[in-house]
Amino acid sequence: MSTPEATLEGVSVKSLRLAPSRRRYGELVIRALLQLCALVSVATTVGIVIALMIPTAEFFGDVSIVEFFTTKVWSPLFADPKFGMLPLLTATLVITVLALGLAIPVGLLTAIYLSEYSRPRVRSILKPALELLAGIPTVVYGFFALTFVTPLLQDLWFFGDPPGIFNAASAGLVMGIMIVPTIASLSEDALSAVPQSLREGAFALGSTRLVTSLRVVLPAALSGVAAAIVLGISRAVGETMIVLVAAGGTPNLSFDPAEAMQTMTAFIASAAIGDQPTGSTGYKTIFAVGAVLFVATFLMNILSIRLVRRFRQIY
Amino acid sequence: MPRFKSGLVRMAALSIVLAMGAAACGDDGGTGSGGTSGLSGTIRIDGSSTVAPLSESAAELFQAENPDVRVTVGTSGTGGGFQKFCNGEIDIADASRPIKQSEIDACTAKALKYDELTVANDGLSVVVNPSNTWAKCLTVEQLKAVWAPDSTVNNWNQVDPSFPNEKLELFGAGTDSGTFDYFTEAINGTAGASRTDYNATEDDNVTVNGVSGTKGGLGYLGLSYVEQNEGKIVALEINGGGGCVAPSTKTVQDTTYQPLGRPLFVYATAAAIARPEVQAFLKFYIDNAGEIAEQALFVPMTPAETANSHAKIEALTTS
Amino acid sequence: MPAPPTELRRANAGRSSMADSAFRALMLAALGRALVTLVALIAQVVVKGWPRLNGDLLNHFPSSRPIMAGAQSAIFGTIWVMGVVAVTCVPIGLGAAIYLEEFADQSRWYNRLIEINIQNLAAVPSIVYGILGLAFLVRGPASLGQTVLAGGLTLSLLVLPVVIIASREALRSVPRAIREASLALGATQWQTTRRQVLPAAIPGIATGTILALSRAIGEAAPLLLLGALTFITFNPDGLGSAFTVLPIQIFNWISRPQEEFRVLAASAIVVLMAILLAMNSVAIWLRNRYRRKW
Repeated sequence: MSTPEATLEGVSVKSLRLAPSRRRYGELVIRALLQLCALVSVATTVGIVIALMIPTAEFFGDVSIVEFFTTKVWSPLFADPKFGMLPLLTATLVITVLALGLAIPVGLLTAIYLSEYSRPRVRSILKPALELLAGIPTVVYGFFALTFVTPLLQDLWFFGDPPGIFNAASAGLVMGIMIVPTIASLSEDALSAVPQSLREGAFALGSTRLVTSLRVVLPAALSGVAAAIVLGISRAVGETMIVLVAAGGTPNLSFDPAEAMQTMTAFIASAAIGDQPTGSTGYKTIFAVGAVLFVATFLMNILSIRLVRRFRQIY
Repeated sequence: MPRFKSGLVRMAALSIVLAMGAAACGDDGGTGSGGTSGLSGTIRIDGSSTVAPLSESAAELFQAENPDVRVTVGTSGTGGGFQKFCNGEIDIADASRPIKQSEIDACTAKALKYDELTVANDGLSVVVNPSNTWAKCLTVEQLKAVWAPDSTVNNWNQVDPSFPNEKLELFGAGTDSGTFDYFTEAINGTAGASRTDYNATEDDNVTVNGVSGTKGGLGYLGLSYVEQNEGKIVALEINGGGGCVAPSTKTVQDTTYQPLGRPLFVYATAAAIARPEVQAFLKFYIDNAGEIAEQALFVPMTPAETANSHAKIEALTTS
Repeated sequence: MPAPPTELRRANAGRSSMADSAFRALMLAALGRALVTLVALIAQVVVKGWPRLNGDLLNHFPSSRPIMAGAQSAIFGTIWVMGVVAVTCVPIGLGAAIYLEEFADQSRWYNRLIEINIQNLAAVPSIVYGILGLAFLVRGPASLGQTVLAGGLTLSLLVLPVVIIASREALRSVPRAIREASLALGATQWQTTRRQVLPAAIPGIATGTILALSRAIGEAAPLLLLGALTFITFNPDGLGSAFTVLPIQIFNWISRPQEEFRVLAASAIVVLMAILLAMNSVAIWLRNRYRRKW
């Protein structure tokens, strides 16, 4: 037996393996196949990078990077084009924060309820009902925001100017609802998978269900819950149709949710199915904005993986 | 311990059955029998989403008489459509504007010859809220003052001193639509020249809703949306230099409604035109252009345009 | 169900603190909010689409006359495309997750890079996948043309990260003790994975599949770029066929001037949700069957 010396926390299951007495070729083949599957994702990224970066490089030959990131006006497809993408960035930020502000609490609370408090029969109906929310086409959500939520907000708005027909608040709220199933369902799976022994230990020590859920089960499921939240954030940042239909097509450097604004994704969508001749600078803006989005989410994901790795519990 | 295998097998069986069922039912539609003409083949059309309803209309009526020809219509946008067109991926491109030089160059680079046909007209209307009782007719200069790139007009009394003090709320097409290109060129002189602080949307229905919900609303959209939403919005008369003219099928067709009437085009590759089913389709399109335009809620061609297109088709089909 | 055993529950019975009740109220409010929205949405759509929810919708093809229009080509197109997505993204996603979780050495930089990579891909807007598919699947190396296969594969790539991430978490949640015991009894890595870990992880994998397929069925923008059509009067007759899908048809109908088309759009939405429910019920059944408590 040739196990390396290591602490229980750090050692992977692999290193505990006994050296096999003869090679099992089937295992090697399977391992290679699985590796191939994992490489599909790498191939996708390489494809995206190639598809995005070449036109982006061309674009930055026409427009300076400084201008791109510092100018405050975005009107690339107008006759006198301006290429400052800050309005798109702030719009994405505002709407994403709004969406997550709704989705994370609602999603987590729902997950805790489904996992810790509800009866199995209730859960078996509620969880699929929630997942139905995830399947509604995003274009439908967009029109729901436009025709139902916006008038509602216009009636109920109580600070500042009431929102116009396009506004960030409506898009953000509806996007939040759309993300709830992702966060709730995946978190619920993570919470349910925490071994019963942990809960029983807590109950045996006299804690209430509330305390057990929040201080024992939730931390133990942190890895899964964090993955659910990061997936939710990713979905929010990358969502196209809802913002296109409900938040409008007018770039606007503002943090006021009652105003209309155009996010990076809304711009990409409307420009890509639009009228620009392919190969023009206006068309290349699609790729430039797409590249910024890609890099921004990359940085965010590195950060989140670091965070999760630090706090994850292995039981 | 529940066995993994049996569940998997069951699921696989279920999906195979579903797929077979779908495939079995899949061939029912579209291939009727008793076609009178014996034409067959597939015609691929793509391009502007404005012109698409016209091509759909044409396709539907044509397929009724030629069941073995399959006509499909896509909406990748005028720009995307031209890209596919020059790549040879489609046979006919719908366009709400003439082909641009850069696109012509792309086609020439691929040695692709094509022909342009006018098929219908569209009238762009300027609309206001029904409770807007003061504005009946606007001149092109007034419109330009409102929509020019540096315009700061945000009140009706700045448009005309006789108008009341009512906030002006603007709605219009997004920069990616042919409607935008045409409006800005006709009113402001250059395609794409426009103020940027208006409610922009690709969907004219949203413009309808916006204007009908705002007393001081002003928007521009296609004529078909005006006709379908009578009571929600009101079209203004436009004075293009020859007096105030209200937009209608008649005034667009006899070109008295200026400058906001625009032609709609289809482009066909030379290779496609060489095929009999495409020739028949294009001939059908032009011969029945009036009926097709009406069904798609557009304005039929002017007599001059009709004659022109007829001549072109004759030349193409006899060569 | 992780409720405390009855003896313990009785002991806790007297302690319903303010915090407990407040928390309960909060949770129910959260759940209620999500459900109310779902109900509102469905109600609005069903009420609007009711007049056209009949056989015509299923039997007719698109038409420029609303009376005659139906969504048969879109319905079959959706079924075909979703078939391709389900068949490709589940095995590949699961395979990748198994590799990353069970076989890969976590300390190697390239495996960590793959992990970051996958999370990144989950955030890429769907339209960028459309650009990717157009460049590499429709044209480019694969040259599949504007077909069901290209559309299905592109959507599959779009939802692959969801499947991988959810499956990884499912695999991760299986206690180590199970694996160690299996290996201690002499099983190989793959035997352990296949017979012990995977069955235990099915519920999480099923959830991931549900979320992935739900996402894919509602996507319109990338398929529009790829060449899904808005007017097609025949059903797909193979993987190499031209096609359209319900979201695109819905989007097209919603922006038409005639009010009748918008009613049609609403009824098509109801059909889409019915298809989604049918699809999800298979996965939900699997999930309930294999659910277990440690």
